[in-house]
Parts: sequence; structure tokens; C-alpha cells
Amino acid sequence: MCLGVPGLVIEVEDLVATVDFWGVRKRISLDLVDEPVRAGDYVLNHVGFAIRRIPPEDARATLELYEQLLKDNAGNESEDLMAADVRSEMHAANGADR
Amino acid sequence: MTALTPTDDRIMLKHGAGGRAMRRLIEEAFLRAFVTEPERPAGVIGLSAMDDGAAVRIGDRWLVLTTDSHVIQPPFFPGGDIGRLSVCGTVNDLAMMGATHVLGLTCSVIVEEGFPRVDLERILASMRVACGEAEAHVLTGDTKVMGKGEIDGIVINTAGVALTSHVVTDRGLCVGDCIIVTGTLGDHGMAVMATRHGLSLDAPLVSDVAPINGLIRAALSAEPGAITAMKDPTRGGLASALHEMASKAQIGILLDESALPVRPEVRGMSELVGIDPLVVANEGKAVMGVRPAAVKSILAGLRAHPLGRDAAVIGVCTGDHPGLVVLDTGFGRRIIAESEGELLPRIC
Amino acid sequence: MNLEFRDPVRARELADTLTRIVAEIGRSPVSVMHVCGSHEQAIARFGLRASLPRGLNVIMGPGCPVCITDMPEIDEGVALALQGVRIATYGDMLRVPGTAGSLADARAAGATIDIVYSVSQAVELARQTDQEVVFFATGFETTAVATAAVILKGLPPNLSVLSAHKYIPPVMEIVAEMPQTRVEGFLAAGHAATITGWGIFEPFVARHHLPVVVAGFEPLDILAALVRLAEMLRDREASVSNMFPRCVTREGNRNAQAQLWRVFRPIGGRWRGIAHVPNGNLRLRDEFAGVDARRRFTIDLASLWNRAPSSLVRQCICGNIMAGIASPSDCPLFGRECVPDSPVGACMVSSEGTCRIWHQYGGIPDLRPEESTSCVRCVTDGTATKKGSSP
Repeated sequence: MCLGVPGLVIEVEDLVATVDFWGVRKRISLDLVDEPVRAGDYVLNHVGFAIRRIPPEDARATLELYEQLLKDNAGNESEDLMAADVRSEMHAANGADR
Repeated sequence: MTALTPTDDRIMLKHGAGGRAMRRLIEEAFLRAFVTEPERPAGVIGLSAMDDGAAVRIGDRWLVLTTDSHVIQPPFFPGGDIGRLSVCGTVNDLAMMGATHVLGLTCSVIVEEGFPRVDLERILASMRVACGEAEAHVLTGDTKVMGKGEIDGIVINTAGVALTSHVVTDRGLCVGDCIIVTGTLGDHGMAVMATRHGLSLDAPLVSDVAPINGLIRAALSAEPGAITAMKDPTRGGLASALHEMASKAQIGILLDESALPVRPEVRGMSELVGIDPLVVANEGKAVMGVRPAAVKSILAGLRAHPLGRDAAVIGVCTGDHPGLVVLDTGFGRRIIAESEGELLPRIC
Repeated sequence: MNLEFRDPVRARELADTLTRIVAEIGRSPVSVMHVCGSHEQAIARFGLRASLPRGLNVIMGPGCPVCITDMPEIDEGVALALQGVRIATYGDMLRVPGTAGSLADARAAGATIDIVYSVSQAVELARQTDQEVVFFATGFETTAVATAAVILKGLPPNLSVLSAHKYIPPVMEIVAEMPQTRVEGFLAAGHAATITGWGIFEPFVARHHLPVVVAGFEPLDILAALVRLAEMLRDREASVSNMFPRCVTREGNRNAQAQLWRVFRPIGGRWRGIAHVPNGNLRLRDEFAGVDARRRFTIDLASLWNRAPSSLVRQCICGNIMAGIASPSDCPLFGRECVPDSPVGACMVSSEGTCRIWHQYGGIPDLRPEESTSCVRCVTDGTATKKGSSP
């Protein structure tokens, strides 16, 4: 459960932040976060409350964790990687079309 | 203290939301009341077709007629108002049957006592502007006033008639047809929702409410006879429209999520309130099935029109899963279900 | 920031890795459970089930706080609404049926129900009216902390709280202890763990020797968490693994926890269609009796319970379905007394519930691309004539 959405903090005024979610802005309470939040940070919003400040380096760390997971389990299935290449190429063509 | 009665004994909001509950109510109550035996006389596309409008053959042409009542809270919303909506709703329903030259409209208004006169005049002015865009005229009307609290503000009903030599229904899809949508999805419903439920959002969302008979005319004339089925994805959104088209034609529809035109701010709203843009209303869009050979010319015809710049091929009709709409997400596939009724922001 | 976690190429690599590891486990099916409605929403929305290996069974556990809100709790909200109290609640709750009806039914009968997106809106609403307003509070600890925060700030005198908040860790114990359970590992809810921290699962792992992986909600988050869980099952490793480090720490959000436990205390209670869950319900502490709707009002449930269809509830087997030991077709109510329009159990209430999906589609349709010959992307990008075959 719990629809949580990360957004970019635009402005902080006391314990209320203006947060941007894909161009939609909403004022979010900072009553629950456990560290100071500044403009430029990401926060995780749930029901109008920020429940966590997300430092950009933590997002990177998560992606690196996934890379490591793939590396640890790397098989020798080059065929699959090729299929993925073709797919991304087609995807790019689709995007360029519009 | 008020008492509860069993749900089936009352009309609920879900019965007007364009989803399964509404369809069942129409089938169980309205069709039973109005559809007489023999069910369909020749030369009439009537109520039992449950299409956007009806058509009656007159000589070598068809007279298309449709009616629509409009209620919306708030009556003025970003990008439009109830007046513009009431003209576009009816003009677009006629266009979905292939009838793009409007012969005339009716306008019936029910107003609540105490409604500001300046608002009424603003609504009527907006209807006049929309009529101008649609090259349509209101030819007759009716006005009623009800006591304070007996209705909520204002209700507008419009009806329209138009002639066409070729009717397009919503049941003609064939395996192999491509699905084209004429522009971005979910703009109207999300713009209205952003003003509701005290969401207090600062969102650059604007309704797409517009008469699209001119746009449809451009598509129909780009390649006559190549559009196999058409529908406007209003209440219930693209999901309900395609669900109905697939089920009537007994074909499957496979959509490509990466091809769906959705504005970033609509996507943002969708993430925030947990509502899929595919089940959200549009008021200036059409979805159509097109023979594969005609896709290029129809797409070009649509994109040349100012209201069709974002038109896109979004999917294909298949022989797999008849009656189902399946979305390829790029990660896997899922079924697009018919909407369940009233759209509500969710938290989980 | 979400987009980097929605890369279909990476997702495909993770799905392939998952297939390989599940095959290495060497028995089939391997059953794991998530306990989070948002995990099910994400799995459904991104169509992830169609990319999971056939040998892996991802069971939807009791993770939707709305579906598991017990009928008597809904009844309290419905009764208050019918008594003339204005109810503010989250949109999710509106259609969930109680004994004699839902809040939507109460609204149709004339009651005033306000849908809010945040508890803060209930506060604003109460300030703008003289009417008594009750915030019908539902959701797990992630949502309960927000309720706690506004209570600690002080409520307007005409606002009180009807708490149906739930606490997720205890129900994992219930599932793990169910006889015949086939669940071999858990995906824990990343947003709830953002509050509680992942350390809270360590005693559970020690007791049951089942691996727990904390997972986020983007496609890559879920797939990576499943890969990690499969690795642990293959290597017979039982520990807690945090695969959502951008939000979850070992300690969690201490500030939010402090506010949560200052306002609420855990008590046992029934979860709809599952069981009595010790410490599974969150109720207001005595210190906050003044804002507790249960103490402010006499809630008249008798009128609703005159027509209680209690025998149906007893026949519901949602608990077994969620534990992965029964199918909807095993239930005597399925498709007869229990249908989407008038659901009896949790699995029919939720739009992603197992019973709801079976009812709508006549089973779970297999949508794996290899089952189908159609290539949609070739059509939408205009290359249909050049590339006829499925990618």
C-alpha cells in the first residue's frame, strides 16, 4: 500500500515545501521528515506529507546496486543482450518519429 | 437518522460514470423500456446499438441524431465551461457517426434559483463561440428555473442533427486495423479533477474541450471508407471506449504504451492521485480503427489540422483475446479494464 | 527521478537474470509474497507478471489496508455518517462495503462524505464549518504517521478521528505461521519500511528463517528485489536485504516513529477475510481521548446489524487465497454471493484482488508476448512492412 511519489523541492517555507511532480506543483508538509530539507532536494510524498528526504547520491547508489546484481549474475547469453539492443533502437526510432 | 436501502434499489453515482455499472443500467432499464420488437427495423441504427448517436435512413442519406445532458462541477474550469462542453459533446457525438456538417442544435437549460445572471450570460457566450468553431447553430431551446437546492447550479441539454451519406459505427473494427487517437489523452478529466477534492494543486492543466467535426471531416476525406469504427473517449476515457469497440467487434486490441500521447503534467497528476490517464475523460479527441493501407494518409490528414497535431497510431486489432484490450508496457503486458465508475484519488 | 527506474532494457536484463536464478533453485513453483497493495498496483500497471518466469509465483498478500479493513470498522464510519456527522476520508474507502452498505451508499442516502487527499484537508474542512467532522483514518503506518502529525499539532474542536489504521509487521507473522503456507520469502513494502526501518524485520527472519527483501515500486525496484530474493532462496540464506536504499534505512524515520507511537498504541483486531492479528490495529492513546470519535460519539451500530449477512462472511476463504493455498474457484461464494458490485471478502474488494481479476477475466489470462503473434511496436512506429516478426 501507500502511494508514494518522489518530487523535486522548489521552495521551503518553515515546515511546508512547494514540490514539483512532473510540472504539477503541490505544497507538502515537512512535519514528518527527520532531516532538514532544502530547495533542490527530492522528497518522497505520501498523502501530502514528505516522509523522507532522498539525497541524489542515494538514488545513484540504488542504481549501482542493481548494476552489481546484474554483474554478479552475468550469464553468457549474448543473444538476449542483442535483442535488448534492437528493442532500444526501435524505441528510439518511434520517439524520433514524433 | 437516515437509513440505508440495498444498493440495487437506488441509482448511484457509478451508474452515470460511463463504466460497467452504467452500461448495465442502460441495458436493464432503458433498453427494456424503449426497444420494441422487432428489435431493429431496416434503415435505423437505434438505441440497441448503444452507439454515440442514432441514424435514420432518408433516401440515399442518413439523418444522424444525438442528445446529451451536461452537468459539471465546477461549471467554469481551466480551458472551458459547461456551455462549451454542451456544444462540443453533441457536435462530437454526431461526428463520431460520420456526420460532420451539423444541421442544427437544440439548447435546453435548467437553472437553479439564485444562479448569477452574469454567469449564465458567460456560459451562453461560450456556447456561441463553440458553435462558431463547429459551424453549427442553436435553432431552438427551452428554459426552466428550479427552486434553490432543487438542482445544483445549472444543467444544459443539447441535441443535434446532421446528414451523412456514410455512417461510421463503433462496431466495425477488423483484425489488422490500426488504432489511431487524434491527440493527447486525459486532459479534460485531469484538469477538472485538479480543481476538486481540495487537492490544492498548482498545475498547468487545461481541458481539451473542442468541437472536432472539422478534424474528423479531414480524416474521413483523406481516404474515404478507410475508417472502420470511431468513438469519442469521453467518460471512462480511452479504456472504456476501446473496451466497447473490442467487445462489439469481438476482436482483441493491443496497445503500445510508449506510443500513447500523454502530456507530462497529466502524467504527473496521474502519479500523484493514482489514476490512470487511460480511464480519464477527453472532450476533444476521437479514437478510430483504420485499414492498414490508409494509416499514413489519415495520420497526415489529422496532423495537418490544428486539433490533430498529436495524433498517433497507438495499437493494432488482433485475433488474440477477443473482447480484451491489452497494453504492452515495454516491461510486459496488462489488460486495460473498463473503468469502475466515479474516479477518486487514491492513497494506496 | 522515477524515469531512471523505468528502463525497459535494464528491466529485461533483470527479468532474464531472475529466470536463470529461479531455474537454478531447481523446484517449481517457488512462491514468494508481497504484502503491499502498491506492489500489486505496480506489478499490474507495468504488466510485470507477463515477464516473470513461470516457475515463480508472486502471491498478493494482505497488503491493501482498505481491503483488510474489517466490516465493523466500515460500519462505524457508515453509522456516524447516517447519524448526521460529516465524514472526511480517503477516496479508497468510499466503495468498500460494510455489513449493510458502504460510505457511497450512505452518501446516496443523504449523508455528507468528503473525499480528501490528505488529513490536512480534513483540518481545513473542519475550520470552514460548524458541523462535527470525523476523519475516518485508514492506511498502514505510512499513512498513520500523517494522522499522528496533525493530531499533535492540535485539531479544531469540531474534528475527531475514527482510526482504522493498521500496522503491517504483525500480519507477516500470521502468514508465516499459517498451516500449509507455501510462502518461502517476502517482499516488504518499501514505503512502510521508510517509516519503520528495515531492522524491524530482523526478529521475524530469526524466528521463521524466511528471507525478507525491502522493495521499492518502480519496475526495476521490483525486479531487482525479486532477483535478490531468488538469490537468497537459491543460496538458502535467510536475512533481511534492503533493495530500496534511496528511501529505507535500518532505523527508519525516527521523527515519524516518535510521532506515531506518541499518538497510537497497537491492539489486536480482525483483518477482513484473514484472521485476528495481534497488534495489527492502531488506536488512539488515552491521552488523545478528546479527539477520538469512538469516545466523542455514541455510534449506533444496532440498526445496521439487524440485517447482518454474517453467515456469508464466515464462508469467505480470502485468507487462504492470500496465503496462496486456495484459488477463487475453491470458494463457494465466488461469482455467486461475492461479485465486484457486492464483494464479501478482501480479494473481491480491491481492483487488483485475485478474486476480482478472476471474476473479470475468467481466470488469469496469460499475456506473455510469446503466446501472441502480434508485434504492436512494429505497427506504432510505422515499420510494420519491414519487420513482420515479433521482437
